[in-house]
Parts: sequence; C-alpha cells; structure tokens
Amino acid sequence: MHNPSLAGGSALPRLPKAPTGIDGLDEITEGGLPLGRPTLVCGSAGCGKTLLGIEFLVRGIQNYGEPGVLMAFEETAEELAANVASLGFDLGALQAAKMLRLDHVHVDRSEMEENGEYDLEGLFIRLGYAIDSIGAKRVVLDTIETLFAGFTNESVLRSEIRRLFRWLKDKGVTTVITAERGDGTLTRQGLEEYVSDCVILLDNRVIDQITTRRLRVVKYRGSTHGTNEYPYLITEDGISVLPVTSLKLEHTVSNEIVSSGVSGIDAMFERGGWYRGSSTLLTGTAGTAKTTLAASFALAACQRGERCLYFAFEESPAQLVRNMQSVGVDLAPYLAQGLLRIDASRPTLNGLERHLVTLHRLVSEFRPGTVVIDPISNLISVGSISEVRSMLTRLIDYLKVNGISALFTALVSGREGRQEMTEEGVSSLVDTWISVRDLEGIGERNRGLSILKARGLAHSNQVREFEVTPRGVELLDVVVGPTGIITGAGRLAQRAQALAAAEAERLALDRTDRELERKRRVLEATIANLRTEFESVEEGLRRARAAQPGAPAGDDNAADTDGNTKAAPAGQRSV
Amino acid sequence: MEPTTAPPAEYAFDLYVTGATPNSTRAVRNIKEICEQYLPGRYALRILDLYQQPHLAQQEQIVAAPTLVRVRPLPQRRLVGDLSDRATVLVALGLPPAPPAA
Repeated sequence: MHNPSLAGGSALPRLPKAPTGIDGLDEITEGGLPLGRPTLVCGSAGCGKTLLGIEFLVRGIQNYGEPGVLMAFEETAEELAANVASLGFDLGALQAAKMLRLDHVHVDRSEMEENGEYDLEGLFIRLGYAIDSIGAKRVVLDTIETLFAGFTNESVLRSEIRRLFRWLKDKGVTTVITAERGDGTLTRQGLEEYVSDCVILLDNRVIDQITTRRLRVVKYRGSTHGTNEYPYLITEDGISVLPVTSLKLEHTVSNEIVSSGVSGIDAMFERGGWYRGSSTLLTGTAGTAKTTLAASFALAACQRGERCLYFAFEESPAQLVRNMQSVGVDLAPYLAQGLLRIDASRPTLNGLERHLVTLHRLVSEFRPGTVVIDPISNLISVGSISEVRSMLTRLIDYLKVNGISALFTALVSGREGRQEMTEEGVSSLVDTWISVRDLEGIGERNRGLSILKARGLAHSNQVREFEVTPRGVELLDVVVGPTGIITGAGRLAQRAQALAAAEAERLALDRTDRELERKRRVLEATIANLRTEFESVEEGLRRARAAQPGAPAGDDNAADTDGNTKAAPAGQRSV
Repeated sequence: MEPTTAPPAEYAFDLYVTGATPNSTRAVRNIKEICEQYLPGRYALRILDLYQQPHLAQQEQIVAAPTLVRVRPLPQRRLVGDLSDRATVLVALGLPPAPPAA
C-alpha cells in the first residue's frame, strides 16, 4: 500500500532501520526505528512506555539476534523482570544467555550532595561498559528524566544529556529513551524530543469514562511514516499496534454455503444461504427480532455440529436462552453439550481494545466455526466511530483469516439508520448485509426483512414480511398491493378484499348464466308457440282442402311457406 | 593509595574519578588537602578510576563524576562534584569546621 520511495531514484540509499518486532509498529514506521539512532517514546503514566522499550529489546534478541541493554532509572531489575514475566518475557534467562544486561541506576538526592563542578561521565562509563560487555546493538533508557530529580544543576544535566545522545549515536546503538509527558510539551524537560531522531507518542485517553490507548509517530527524521493515531493494545503477547492499512486482504475463501438458520431467508439466496467464513451484518431498529435471527443462526451452526461463540452485550446467557426458548430456538442442549459458548459482558466493561483481546483469546481457545456478536452497535458507546470501525476491521479480518462465519447485529435508530451504518463504514466491511425493520402501517407495526447486499450471491430484492412464531422466524409470502407490498392487517384486509371480489365475480357470472337461461327459455317458448300456431294453421288448411273435392294433394313446401308468411304478421308472441 | 594500617581507619573515603579530567584532578587535590588537614593519620582514601574499572560504576551506583563516598563512619554519604566548596564538604562529611591542630 505504501510506497515510501519518496526520493524516486532507487540508487539513493534508504535510511537503515531496526525492526522492532512489535506487531504493527514496523508497518507504521515503515520498517522500524532509525538504526543506530535514538528514538524517544513519550507518554503519560500507564501508557506502556517501559513495556514498549522492553519488548523492543526482547524482540531484538529473539527475532533478530541483537543483544540489548536496559538501563532502568525507576524500577529495579527484579521488578522489571517480574512485571514483564506475565508477557512471557524471561529477562533472567536472557541475562544468563548474555543477550541482555539490566542496570538499575539509583539516583536519590537525599543520599547525595553536590559540591562544585561535576559531569555524568560515570553514567557514560557504566552504559559503555554494559554495551561493550555483550556487544549490544540496542539500548533502552527508562526514564532519563529521573536524573533531573537527583541533580539540581540543570544546565549540566541538559548539556550532559545532549552529549549522551551524541555519544549513543557515535556508538551506533539503536536507542529507545522513554520520557514522561510534560504539560503542553512532549517531555517534561522539553529536551529529549529535539535530540531524538524519532519521536513516538503514546497516549492514554479517557473519553466518556472509557480508556483507549493510542500511538502516534510525531517525527521521524529522514523517513516517511504513518501520521495517524493508531489504537494499540497491551495483550498477553506484548504491545500490538494494528493499523488498518497493514492488514492485507489475502485470506482464502470457502465456496461452501452455510444456512442462516431460517429457511425463508435461505430461500432468498439463490444458493440457499451465505458463504462459510463470510461476515454478515444484521441491522435493524429496536424490536425487529435481530437477536432471534442471530440465535437462529447460532442454533443452525450447532445443529451442523459446529462450535459457536456467542458474544452477548445486552443479555445474560440465562436470559438469552430463556427468551429464545419462547420462540422455539432451544440453545440449552448445545450449551450443555459445549458446542455453544455464550460470553456475556457489558460493552462498557472494557475499552475497545480489551474487547478485541478478549475476543481473540476466546476465539483462539474455543476454535469456533461461527461467531455471533450481538450487537456491535453497543461497542460504539465505548469508542468513537472511527475507533469502532478500525476495531471491527481488525476483528472481521481476524475472523476471516481463520475462516470463521460471523454474524453481527447492529441496532440502528430511526429513519437515518441505514445511512448511519454506512458512515460508520461497517457495511463496507461485511459481505452480506440484511436489514430488518418495522413496516409501520395503519395503527400497527410489522417486521420486514430485506437483503441489502450479498457479495457473490444472487439474492432476492424483495422486502419480506416475517413473523416470530413459537416455531421460530417464519417468512410470509409476498403480497403486492397497489401501493407496494402489503403487510400485517393490511395483508388480511387485502385477502378479504380479494375474497369479496372473487365472490362478486362469481355472483355476476351466475347472474349472466341465469339471464342466458331465461332468454333460452323465452326463445324455446316462442318457438313452441310458433310451432303450435303453425300446426293449427296447417290443420285448418288441411281441413279446407279436404272439404274441396278434386283439389290436388298440396305441395308441402309451398304450404309451409304460406303458413309461415301468414303466421308472421299475426304477431302472436308470448312474453 | 594510602597504606591501610592494621586497625581499620576511623574515616574511609572512596573517590571515583574519570581519568585526569579537570574536575577529577581538582577533586583529588581537594580531598587530599582536607584529609591531611583535618584527619591526619585517621583516614583511608581510595581513589578509583572508572576508566580503569568500569564495572565499579554499576556496582557502586555511580552516575556523576567525580563522586566521593564516605564509607566510614556509617551512614554512607555521597558527594558529587569537585569538592571546591570546602565549608559544605566539611559539613557533609561530618568534620569540625576548623582543623583540630590549627
């Protein structure tokens, strides 16, 4: 993504860098800290400055075979070793292996008096000796400003610290110096940041009672670097800075389809579900059965025999199980069986990064095939939107790389809901996005479901009404009225209307039939009438002919015609 | 430098210097003067060059140079600097303000 060759000419040498081995930091600094030069790490209390320094040394030893010296002004060697033991750093073993030297510099004004001119040559000798004794390439000074508490002659200290930086550069060791953050300045003494070639600022900010740690590269002489603030975590494995840009989209994909847990929703996808290992977002306003849908998905996973991890940020496991039983989603047996694990906590319990760590830990422990997070929108209460976004990016990426199908629910508010989620950018991270919402009609609310997007899957474009029944979620058939789809009571009214119309049509048809029948009967009656009339005329004629002797036997046809012509004007018709 | 007598001296000082820098030379001159003047025959002074024995710096928690450590009598006291302010050196080392034999 980055193209750091600003100079353009590839012949120009690039600034040599010492990789830190810390997750993500090398991406931000485009390769590591300036090799053989001092780097300042500053920040307020509890930022992990010392930890960053120690990790820099330990990774240097473990990953790059570069011995290191740690000169600690505040903590003793034993304290430091104990503090980082929880991260799996065995400082004692590294010291025994002559790869690491710890030197605790104790400066106490009460034990010391100043008298006349002095310099800090003792410190130089000490550091020089430590470096030379193990051939160190990396040095950490934690925290140098402690000297200002021990010595009163500030001008001497300042010039000596300047000299120390120069001296470290001449020694060619890559140095990390930590410093407390000052008031309005990067360091208390306002000195170290000017003599360092690279300054990394750690920040521990509390916004709305939630702490988030952030890292920023303030300056980097002779190199480009990421300029943003990057959230970082202190995990069981040390510091982890994961800038979004460092995540490459390289995961393998599955062509297998998993069921959503609701047959109706499956039917909306051409392939009967979505891809395994894809991430699905389920957004909706309050009370649109998001949790029910999520639980159905979890249940389906368990029924396939997959392990499922369910993060509930709103309900306790017991409450969730009970509530889902009422709609025919029985999670209890799988919970007992160990296929399902529900991790319920308040989102405000931890900062965002902590949630991510918990998630990583549980996922790596439990190895689920499916992860449900219900809901992710609650996390927004923990951090700003951009933080949540970056956290989710990392989370989704982590799940994808591990081939885990994920379902996130998100509560959106009101009309702008959809827009809001887009701004957050979460929608662009997920592969499938299903929206559930209220279809509010005349005096009632119904639930509608639609697929907003599904990457690589043909899907229905209809808004489907669904009902939460004691047998789970059921999708209803689409009824399209003159003004769009019809739901709820409207649907019933529509059905009744249709029935009435059909009835009316049937009645109309009957009426026509009857009319026709009547006409037919009238016609038949007329015909019978005419025939009777004709017969009587014929009878009369025949009688007359019999009365006239010698008359020829009559032409039947002519007589017929005559009879007719006579009868017509008679106009005798029955009605 | 001073030959240690059989019973341990009443006063024992370690002076850590860094070669022959002006501060170090001044410190050596000053402490010798003070000792000779105030504690003749009652002191033991060691002058240690950190360039020669760099491991001492860590061992003895030396940061600044020159550093004078009063090893005896206890408690230990440390003085940093070239010891040019005679009056405060005397106070710091717990010596009377005037030489005994003056």
